[in-house]
Amino acid sequence: MLSEVDIAALLLTLKVAGIATVLLLIFGTPIAWWLVRTPSRWKGVVNALVALPLVLPPTVLGFYLLVLMGPYGPVGRFTAEVGLGTLPFTFGGVIVASVLYSLPFVVQPLQTAFAAIGERPLEVAATLRAGPLDTFFSVVVPLARPGFMTATVLGFAHTVGEFGVVLMVGGNIPGKTRVVSVQIYNHVEAMEYAQAHGLAACLLAFSFVVLLLLYGVNPKPGRRYGQ
Amino acid sequence: MGNKLRLRFNISYPGFALDVDLELPGRGITALFGHSGSGKTTCLRAVAGLERAADGYLEVNGEVWQDGGKGTFVPTHRRALGYVFQEASLFSHLSVRDNLNYGLKRSAAKAQGVRFEQAVEWLDIAALLGRRPEHLSGGERQRVAIARALLSKPRLLLFDEPLAALDLKRKAEILPYLERLHDTLDIPMLYVSHSPDEVARLADHLVLLAEGKAVASGPLQETLARIDLPAVFADDAGVVIDAVIGGHDDNDHLSRLDFAGGTIYVSRQAKPLGRNVRCRIHARDVSLNLEHMDNSSILNIIRANVVAVADTDNPANVLVRLDAAGTPLLARITRRSLQHLAIRPGVGLWAQIKAVALLG
Repeated sequence: MLSEVDIAALLLTLKVAGIATVLLLIFGTPIAWWLVRTPSRWKGVVNALVALPLVLPPTVLGFYLLVLMGPYGPVGRFTAEVGLGTLPFTFGGVIVASVLYSLPFVVQPLQTAFAAIGERPLEVAATLRAGPLDTFFSVVVPLARPGFMTATVLGFAHTVGEFGVVLMVGGNIPGKTRVVSVQIYNHVEAMEYAQAHGLAACLLAFSFVVLLLLYGVNPKPGRRYGQ
Repeated sequence: MGNKLRLRFNISYPGFALDVDLELPGRGITALFGHSGSGKTTCLRAVAGLERAADGYLEVNGEVWQDGGKGTFVPTHRRALGYVFQEASLFSHLSVRDNLNYGLKRSAAKAQGVRFEQAVEWLDIAALLGRRPEHLSGGERQRVAIARALLSKPRLLLFDEPLAALDLKRKAEILPYLERLHDTLDIPMLYVSHSPDEVARLADHLVLLAEGKAVASGPLQETLARIDLPAVFADDAGVVIDAVIGGHDDNDHLSRLDFAGGTIYVSRQAKPLGRNVRCRIHARDVSLNLEHMDNSSILNIIRANVVAVADTDNPANVLVRLDAAGTPLLARITRRSLQHLAIRPGVGLWAQIKAVALLG
């Protein structure tokens, strides 16, 4: 049913989404925490920047990433300088693009979850001798667990579903940047509707299961502290 | 150094400023009493380091936690304190046992403190250890919160209206545990409250706060008997007397309480002779008589001298401060009676006590 190339695209997609999700959690968590806690006046700016991918056409984001990471862009020059080469049309480039593209889907649920915890548990932890980092891992993370679940699932699913950014930044290189959504596009271009169906059905089923998990397993995302 | 608490805080918010400078005893319960908005909770939070006063000084039994002049500010998690919050503050993601262990694990290993089993026994929470906080009643949650604070080996215990969120029945259920802590622990405790009953029952030292300032600070008995303060407990004005059970009369079902100024009888107490008890006498329950009434139904009549007279909120009434051989008493009488009996400082008379409330 699925050809070898299709399966390779599927596996690549899972790999991209898996790595991107881990990176998203690593970078998204401190950003979300900072956005909730900071009194800084830059908060609005950072919030808007993080949310940009929600409203921008993926081609716009992809275009600028291409320019920035290309051999003449500042990021590209830097990566070339430190010996990483340039990122466009590589696996690494797809990862970078995916992380940026899915950032709001991870940061926003975390922000909501962190804000819902409120000040009190942090104060309680401090009066029980827990330092800030200790408090974060022993109190904030467990209390925000539903938020982390939502962020992980949304970040992963959204990365799986991306198309425009990957096409712009990664191109269409089998085994390196040709993810499922691009492969479906290829099939349709070539009028191979049956093959397109096979992959499309996979994505449809996957997305449905993900959302089912999100709404079914996590029915009370707002379970408040102390209640 | 020394066995005391020194605290000075100056914090300004829009529309409110806390400005206190106090020296408090280094053991026993000090009540911070005041109406809402008086700054008592802000003061407690400043002691905990949860509120940072730009200008402040805090010394707890010789250890400096804050010194604005030197720029010293020990963060909350490095202060050996226990804090019991007003509402449920247990971590909902942890069982009761893990809540208790949270502070215990993080407290200095070599510090002297209460053992796990001891705290569990004192607060009677052995049966709750496996439960989650959401399956506890309000009173049980506070008992666990108190035990958790104890187990973090504090050198200072802070209570922020720990009973305010509970109904009367639950309050009565917790008070004995707090009394037990008071009798057992050797560390100072600051207890924020707006309940005269709790203060009268628990406190050794009283700080009155109003509009961010400490209006009075002194031993409980003395401070409660001050009539120069604007309506300390208002309608609840009265004194607290520490007495000893001096005898039981099983025929009349009475117990005799001895204190410095005399004796009073209360209904038979199930307490052994020699036990210390604290009782409260409201000013409104004390009437004055120039002669000893032998034919009165009132049992408790005490010889006293008038020390001072002061106005009350109600222009028809005055508050009379009495001295019964060293024990202060308050009586609230009408202005008409004051004039009729020519009561003024120095006059000796008989105080008739209509009701005595035994605390605890």
